[in-house]
Amino acid sequence: MTTSTLDLPTRPGVVPRAADAAAPGQHARIEGPEAPAGGHTGQTRSAATAGRDEPAARLPPEPGRGKVWLVRWVLPVLLPLALLLAWDLAVRMTGTMLVPSPKEVGLMLRDFAFGGVYDDAFSATLGIHWLKSMARVYGAFALAALAGIPLGLLIGKSALIRRFIDPTLQMLRPVPVTAWLPLSMIFFGVGPNAAIFLVFLGAFFPIVINTTFGVKSVETRLFEAAAMLGCTGPSMFRQVVLPAAMPSIFNGLRLGHGIAWFLIVVGEMTGVPEGLGAAIMDGRMLSRTDVVIAGMVVIGFTGFITDRLLVLLNNRLLKWSPQHHV
Amino acid sequence: MSDIPLTRKPAPILDIDHVSKVFSLNGRPIHALKDVDLRIQKGEFICLIGASGCGKSTLLRIMGGFEQVSSGAARMYYAPITEPGPERGMVFQDYGLFPWLTVRQNIAFGPRQRRLPEARLREIGDHFLNMVGLGKFAEHFPNQLSGGMKQRVSIARALANDCEVLLMDEPFGALDALTREVLQQELLDIWARTKLTVVFVTHAVEEAVLLADRVIVMTAGPGRVETDFRVPLERPRCITAPEFNHVRRQLTEMLTSHVAHASVNRS
Repeated sequence: MTTSTLDLPTRPGVVPRAADAAAPGQHARIEGPEAPAGGHTGQTRSAATAGRDEPAARLPPEPGRGKVWLVRWVLPVLLPLALLLAWDLAVRMTGTMLVPSPKEVGLMLRDFAFGGVYDDAFSATLGIHWLKSMARVYGAFALAALAGIPLGLLIGKSALIRRFIDPTLQMLRPVPVTAWLPLSMIFFGVGPNAAIFLVFLGAFFPIVINTTFGVKSVETRLFEAAAMLGCTGPSMFRQVVLPAAMPSIFNGLRLGHGIAWFLIVVGEMTGVPEGLGAAIMDGRMLSRTDVVIAGMVVIGFTGFITDRLLVLLNNRLLKWSPQHHV
Repeated sequence: MSDIPLTRKPAPILDIDHVSKVFSLNGRPIHALKDVDLRIQKGEFICLIGASGCGKSTLLRIMGGFEQVSSGAARMYYAPITEPGPERGMVFQDYGLFPWLTVRQNIAFGPRQRRLPEARLREIGDHFLNMVGLGKFAEHFPNQLSGGMKQRVSIARALANDCEVLLMDEPFGALDALTREVLQQELLDIWARTKLTVVFVTHAVEEAVLLADRVIVMTAGPGRVETDFRVPLERPRCITAPEFNHVRRQLTEMLTSHVAHASVNRS
């Protein structure tokens, strides 16, 4: 049973009291279990019904728009702001020269992006570093998804293929992907290809394993229902297996996506001229901590925004499954 | 049904010919069905009833093509049943709806497999949505529906695929009493209008007496048909009528005597 006052007229920034919600003449809606979740009629309560069942019709106090807005937009910003403040205070109080203050990092970010502050080798290079890293991360991530999802579907569906591949996969999985760095530099040479390989490998495992899990946990009942309705063979794969496994596939993609950003920095730290990881490494060698932190901030924001995009896509494709709405 | 002379019966739509089914559990054989012999005529409403473990669901799944017989044969119009098919629509107790498809898409799933044009799929969808009274919920997902509504979708989905036999595995078992009563009536209406053949598994005596032309009483260990009982009541039936009560008591006695008998045998 859901109660909703979505269509309750509210003055901006004012939290309505419970009495407001039951006042006659206002739009109120109560949904029963048999009522559609989206069907919205916005019926005005007649004076007669309002008078007769006034106490029963009283809706529980709902958070108003102002409160919702606060929780939604202000609350998540509070902790980062507090951390920023703590960082600033810590730098001031200790008087350290090793860690820059937030203000210095902000200045560095401006110079990094547009130049005009320090005018050194880092000035106005953020764009190219960012583009290179983006291309590598998403190129490798796309490869991992292209290889991982079909393989996961096969392993999940066929016991024979599972027997053949799964033990090897489970043996390779616990090896930290960073341990592959020396080997990948031998395979692909010093340069960006080694970084791409690392990202691919790191994103590949969670995608394969989650897809496999998703396929294995499709209810047998759904296969029976589809077979009874005349669905067979490859059609079953596309119409039942893939959509049923979609929530797990998305979990794998999100996990792999996080790992991809983690590994690109590691991959770019050796022998790659451009990229956010390379910039951070250069900053370290030149004792430019402001460059290091500026690079970290850019990665943090990029990862955050791209993850939000994945979540949006997730919510759009999985709107049928309320428990997979993130 | 009763006006058909016994000597010249037409070909049965479903012919269960001395069927046995043995499962293997940890290497030991379990006799789920033993020598079950049953003929179902077109248009009949059959209820399979019995205590749990009597093999009634296994028998239904054999008719559906989800299980293979160990010996004997299950046939539809003389053709052996080997796999699930659209002519035998199954309604599961847990609905078996596709959660990622809307109600309309679920109903049109079968016709879509036959590659019918989009406009025809819409027509079929509308027709069966109206038949089960879910027109307003066409674009809802199964997760947004109550149990009774889900089961209506499940029935509509089987009907939309032009099934001749409706196989129902305790379809109303998980519903509340009020919803169950409504759906029983709707099912009888649909059956009367479409002249479908229905095989309905239940463990509720009242439900069997209300719905069935024939009640097949089954017993466990190994599962077999104990009694083939023709319900001697006119339709529409009234569950508060004394005759109804009398038949219900008769059937209950048949069931309980077998249960008692089985437990004596086991001890």
